[in-house]
Amino acid sequence: MEMVTISINGKSISVPKDYTILQAARSAGIDIPTLCYLKDINEIGACRMCLVEVKGARTLVTACVYPVNEGMEVFTQTERVRKARKAVLELMLSNHNKKCLTCARNRNCELQTLAEELNVTELPYEGAQTPSTIDDVSPSIVRDNSKCILCRRCIAVCKKVQTVGAIDATQRGFNTKIGSAFEKSLNETDCAMCGQCISVCPVGALYEKDGLAPVWKALADETKHVVVQTAPAVRAALGEEFGLPIGTPVTGKMAAALKALGFDKVFDTDFAADLTIMEEGTELLNRIKNGGKLPLITSCSPGWVKFCEHNFPDFLDNLSSAKSPHEMYGAILKSYYAEKAGIDPKDIFVVSVMPCTAKKFEAQREELSGTGYPDVDAVITTRELAKMIKEAGLKFNELEDAVFDSPFGDEATGAGVIFGATGGVMEAALRTVADVLTGQSLDKVDYTEVRGTEGIKEATVKIGDMDVNVAVAHGLGNARKLLNNIREGKANYHFIEIMGCPGGCVTGGGQPIQPAKVAAEIDLKAERAKALYAEDKAAGLRKSHENPYIKKLYEEYLGEPCGHKSHKLLHTHYQERPKY
Amino acid sequence: MNKKETVAFNGTKEQEAKLMEAINRHKGSDGALIPVLHEAQNIYGYLPIEVQTMISKNLDVPMAEIYGVVTFYTQFTTEPKGKYHIGVCLGTACYVKGSGDIFNKIKEKLGLTGDSTCTPDGKFSIEATRCIGACGLAPVLTVNDEVYGKLTVDDVDRILSKYTD
Repeated sequence: MEMVTISINGKSISVPKDYTILQAARSAGIDIPTLCYLKDINEIGACRMCLVEVKGARTLVTACVYPVNEGMEVFTQTERVRKARKAVLELMLSNHNKKCLTCARNRNCELQTLAEELNVTELPYEGAQTPSTIDDVSPSIVRDNSKCILCRRCIAVCKKVQTVGAIDATQRGFNTKIGSAFEKSLNETDCAMCGQCISVCPVGALYEKDGLAPVWKALADETKHVVVQTAPAVRAALGEEFGLPIGTPVTGKMAAALKALGFDKVFDTDFAADLTIMEEGTELLNRIKNGGKLPLITSCSPGWVKFCEHNFPDFLDNLSSAKSPHEMYGAILKSYYAEKAGIDPKDIFVVSVMPCTAKKFEAQREELSGTGYPDVDAVITTRELAKMIKEAGLKFNELEDAVFDSPFGDEATGAGVIFGATGGVMEAALRTVADVLTGQSLDKVDYTEVRGTEGIKEATVKIGDMDVNVAVAHGLGNARKLLNNIREGKANYHFIEIMGCPGGCVTGGGQPIQPAKVAAEIDLKAERAKALYAEDKAAGLRKSHENPYIKKLYEEYLGEPCGHKSHKLLHTHYQERPKY
Repeated sequence: MNKKETVAFNGTKEQEAKLMEAINRHKGSDGALIPVLHEAQNIYGYLPIEVQTMISKNLDVPMAEIYGVVTFYTQFTTEPKGKYHIGVCLGTACYVKGSGDIFNKIKEKLGLTGDSTCTPDGKFSIEATRCIGACGLAPVLTVNDEVYGKLTVDDVDRILSKYTD
């Protein structure tokens, strides 16, 4: 790459020719405030927070979109720059619903941080206010336009990364607001409920629908047997809510916190992930043997499933009929576990802690109630769990590690834990399918070809004398690309893993929110995934079918994978949904 | 969320064929949306949800983006014109002579609230116009091609009652 030399605040630096001033400055350790800027996703120079002075330029310029050129002299902290940035911020604050104390993003708000960093000590402008129009109809996502600063990060991630485009900027001038076509609720659109819009919102204009009220209520109800389960990805990120470095696994502290919160039983969804592999793996083998519909596509990600129902109804028969792990667990808890523990299933209240907002939608699907009761009664996000822990006054970082309870003396394998990262379900499935197909216990456990954060990963895995073609896509834009390739006959696979969120569940829409500036420097997908792969590596058992408690569950109750009982409890079906 | 009563859409097969032709002509080129919207509005007279849906489906542009463009430009409208289209001049001369009150009175009489501009039966629609060059008659309104001048709010009932069929 051709380099150019520029000076920033008198310091000479050499940077690639295609850099913007912002990139150049950050590479030299010089901070420039930003708000609408989202690396590679939203680079539109709209918010004007990144104004800098360029020698010879008529006006101040926006560093996030202004390209460098040879000999350019940039100044990032002159009086003119400071005054302009402050005025921009004050104007933005003049039309902002400043109820920070009760805001979902209080103390984790990029606007609030900037007000502090730019030393805004008074609010000189008073003017009209955008009315508070709250859309809380969706079971997953709430939008409040009075908090919105029109940065358009949500639009960019929804339209460009996820290729959904459920929201956009409508109207103009002061009346501009972000919303769906014809002012419909998100619930009436083809929104996948993935919550990536929440993850990128710098303020409190987007947040998850509250799931805590019914959970607290159940905990206070002595007639309820309240069971909680946590998804693999939660342990890889929950610590961030308590100031721990990104990628710190907190499995033990999380289990301890849940016990301290008063849940009657604290279970690990990883166990159900092993169960999913048994069902999904068997489904794959059956389809390959019996000439069934291929490729088989995973269905663990409810954002992906909803996207498929809206956009690719011709692929619904390709989706695995296996329920997602937490729904499977719910069904088992309200059947086998209820029987064994002698509890009436109507008194069992199952709470799922998920890295996901779409799981809230999934839990409401009527078809997910094979026992006559909803498999899962409440879904809360990783962020909401952190709120519970804080509200209960627990000192999370000082908690002594605890272990999960074991309903059937169970324990999960390493295969279950990697479900939380892109490629994890595929790898877990391959570990089992390879053993079953070859009839041996193979030494090969690591399928590194399906790991990593590349958008679409393809591999041909040799199992015995069969070449199994697999693909992994994460993020709905990549899913769309992959499925279009199949539709056009450009690609041919046996098995595909698709996760709705870029990075998989570790960077799901219900995970702790990191400011854009942090996310630009640290690859959250990779760092959080590391925590899961480390746990996998340290696990005694790393293949789902070797889990003795899974074997016991089949022996004592379910019979065989994809058998009669499994079908009733562990499998589901899908429906075409309108796109408009 | 905000449901409002609107005129039922009754597009014809011919109109749809014309729209599809326009979409196919522009599809694939950069910035195809705005020329398609222009043609669609010429074909249907307005851009209701049904027309925007057809465009979204066939041009492969998200519905929210289309709605964003339609609501950004005042040239585009989601409301049809009624059988009797009333234009109330809000130019300077008419405005200082009270045409704003006349405009509001007509909306009230027709039961149009918020940004609705057409009665659900499709009979009347209303538009605030710029100066129509009849300042000597201010305040002025037009109903289709007929011009009414030197008005007060009390004239509104009389004028509307002329259009009964």
